[in-house]
Amino acid sequence: MTESVETAALTPAADNPISGSSGQTGTVVRSSAFKRILKNPLGLIALVILLGVVLLAAFANVLAPFDQNFANISKTLAAPDSVNILGTDSSGRDVWSRLLFGAQLTLLSALLCAAVAIVIGLPAGLVAGYYAGKFEAVANWVVGILMSLPGLIVLMTIRSAFGPSVWIAMIAFGVLISPSYFRLVRSAVQSVRNELYVDAARVSGLSDLRIITRHIFSVVRAPIIIQTAAITGVAIAIQSALEFLGLGDPAKATWGVMLSEGFKNVYLTPSLLFWPAFAMALTIGALVLLGNAVRDALEDGEKIKHRRKKTPAAQDAAAASAAKAARTTVAAVEAGTEHHLVKVTNLGVGYPQADGSIKKVVDDVSFHVDRGEILGIVGESGSGKSQTAFSILGLLPDTARIVAGAIQFDGNYTVAPGEDKVNQGRLSKLRGKRISYIPQEPMSNLDPAFTIGYQLVTPMVRVLGISKAEATTRALKLLTDVGIVNPGRTFKAYPHEVSGGMAQRVLIAGAISCEPDLIIADEPTTALDVTVQADVLDLIRDLQRRLGVGVILVTHNFGVVADLCDRVVVMQNGRLVEEGPVREILREPKERYTQTLLASMLEGKEPMSMLVPAGSPATASSIAKENAL
Amino acid sequence: MTETVALDAAESSPARDGLLRVENLVVDYAGKGFRARKFRALTDINIHIGQGETLGLVGESGSGKTTLGRAVLGLAPVSGGKITFEGQDISHATRKQRRVLSRDMQVVFQDPYTSLNPALEIGEILAEPLGVQGMEATAAKMRVKELLDQVGLPSDAIHRLPREFSGGQRQRVAIARALALSPKLIVCDEPVSALDLSTQARVLDLFLQIQKDTGVSYLFVSHDLDVVRHISHRVAVMYRGEIVEQGPAEVVTRNPEHPYTQRLLLASPVPDPDRQEQRRADRHRLLEEQRQQAEQAGVPA
Repeated sequence: MTESVETAALTPAADNPISGSSGQTGTVVRSSAFKRILKNPLGLIALVILLGVVLLAAFANVLAPFDQNFANISKTLAAPDSVNILGTDSSGRDVWSRLLFGAQLTLLSALLCAAVAIVIGLPAGLVAGYYAGKFEAVANWVVGILMSLPGLIVLMTIRSAFGPSVWIAMIAFGVLISPSYFRLVRSAVQSVRNELYVDAARVSGLSDLRIITRHIFSVVRAPIIIQTAAITGVAIAIQSALEFLGLGDPAKATWGVMLSEGFKNVYLTPSLLFWPAFAMALTIGALVLLGNAVRDALEDGEKIKHRRKKTPAAQDAAAASAAKAARTTVAAVEAGTEHHLVKVTNLGVGYPQADGSIKKVVDDVSFHVDRGEILGIVGESGSGKSQTAFSILGLLPDTARIVAGAIQFDGNYTVAPGEDKVNQGRLSKLRGKRISYIPQEPMSNLDPAFTIGYQLVTPMVRVLGISKAEATTRALKLLTDVGIVNPGRTFKAYPHEVSGGMAQRVLIAGAISCEPDLIIADEPTTALDVTVQADVLDLIRDLQRRLGVGVILVTHNFGVVADLCDRVVVMQNGRLVEEGPVREILREPKERYTQTLLASMLEGKEPMSMLVPAGSPATASSIAKENAL
Repeated sequence: MTETVALDAAESSPARDGLLRVENLVVDYAGKGFRARKFRALTDINIHIGQGETLGLVGESGSGKTTLGRAVLGLAPVSGGKITFEGQDISHATRKQRRVLSRDMQVVFQDPYTSLNPALEIGEILAEPLGVQGMEATAAKMRVKELLDQVGLPSDAIHRLPREFSGGQRQRVAIARALALSPKLIVCDEPVSALDLSTQARVLDLFLQIQKDTGVSYLFVSHDLDVVRHISHRVAVMYRGEIVEQGPAEVVTRNPEHPYTQRLLLASPVPDPDRQEQRRADRHRLLEEQRQQAEQAGVPA
């Protein structure tokens, strides 16, 4: 269900000669991820800060007025002046100079840490994710051990064994933190390992190395960049923490050593503590922000801002007041149409676009369904057939707008003329009770965490207000009604324990459980095998006759239409092409589009003959349409 | 020509079944967990495909038809039996042998949305198999243009990404990739199942046209008997990991012998209410007959 909604909503090309051709024919503009980072104010600030810090560190030798360890004993703990612009520390060393040299060492060692972690984690993750098997099992053990080690204690041990070198500490920390890369890479690789394009590359004879570098590495590149930004920040923090504890190398200036030094004199000169802490906070903060900006830039292309209607103010106000009026007192439906179970009048459904326009996916569609009648809505993907069905159910996504028309159910408006959204208050009283729904994918519409029985009983208890015991008896009877041989067993089963055809029967049982007047079935047999489809169609026909309900059947299959429907609506690109009794539409279609569709059926065709006669006008236009997308 | 091919293929002359031969093939998948029972996906499969011939493979989901295609391509483990391609045993071909084989054997998958790497441009996707075989960049570029032309895509598609195309067009790209090395056999795994009706018709036309022009053979896997009847010379019907019936397309898809194929044939609805009503009645009669036969045979239905 969501898929069809998304297709209609997100692929403007597929269904859209109506709303103008803005941006649909030309090549799509792809803005690079880097440009998007620059457009993000936080990303830009982070980049500027990091660039500044890196430049200061790189040119420390030039910029620093003193050597990092040059001590002027006569001038300790001095306040800032023209010579020592940030003052001096307890040994009379220049704070500004030490800050610059400290940046050099701190940043380089943090990068070393990240590099070590990547060198270990990335290849191991790629291999474990791609080949799985023994290597993965062993690697997982090693990772488990590494992660269970108490990091700080290990680092202290290493210090006492190898001396107070910040480089050794950071290499060790890189090893300790490499599991984070390993896990990231492995799960990313696992998610694409069985993609068909990787299979296709194998069939093309690509070596594993080529497949990994070409098809798989691109998937992990972005997460690696984000992770590195975070890890570098963590490394700076851990390194400084060690040095703050006095485990650093006192001969080398780093931010952590300065912090430790400043802390000793916190009461005398608090600024000694402030500057290294400020440098750290700035750098780590910028790294985190940069990571976020990279993620944002890579994850979504364009966000569509939720704007209100872009109509002129006066019109807007008029529409608003009309909607308000409609909300308080629902207008009466047009006289003489109350007997229709459902009547859709000039319905238009649209999605607001980034540029403020509204893209219509359903345009000027009118039809009705009477009690005891099966109406088929036929069309190809992007024809708006599912959107039409969902607007009757009131299950359109939040971004959707009813841009025109009205829907009435049993003599009352569910969408009154002038309203721009489905009125959930009115519809929720009907949905599940008087209007029910059979979805396309039976398996994804049953919750795997609950038994089938529970999922049948709960709605009945809620909607019909009957006791649980009564609902259980009813559910068992319903399961028998839909042709399930052993209803008791199915009742207790979890969804994964039944087949797709069985699951669809369960959903049909659920759909009729509250004695609806209207059933909306959205491609109810598309996901099923042909033999199972035939059984489910028999079941729907049988139930429809027995209960006398109205059915709206959304499908792309003319065979299914012929099997079930009384009347047919043909849709294309959001518009209604043709409507009529099933025999008329299938035997003597008037519209060229319907003729083309029926001509595409394989039934009764000469095998191995061309289906689309070359040069026919219908073909030319449809190929043009296909190519224009 | 199509008529004669269909009839010729019925009786497999030695020249015709030379391309691909699968004998007593068994595929087992390891079960989940330690010492779990193996899952037998294919049992004792025997098929053969001649040059320029299409073998249609039809069956329901889980019948093993996709696994058979994958076993031929080396993507599924062969536990027993033999697959020969042009007389060479390829049941356990190494990666190196596969690279040589990929010149002659290619694939088109069902889902045009996941069979193309979303991060690569169409030109890069099509040039990939050419590069593997050592073709130079300029020559590859020429070939890519030719391929796009052959499958009816505009030449400006080279620098576009898969997501800028519709399902039907993506499937054309996938077909172009399969054609890149002028293979002798293309394994088509439900290549039109994800497509709209009118798109499906055009893509089927494309498959037929390509076969006419290049003489390529197809192993055409589909769940749709109508599609298989339309495109195949011979048809094999799979049910629960076995081939239950195999023969000339016209015979198998119109007068099937096996009860499962009979059920399959009558289950597919026809686009006319009255004929469909007739077919429905026939189906119910058939199901009743088969049930009675099963009862008489003492097997619970």
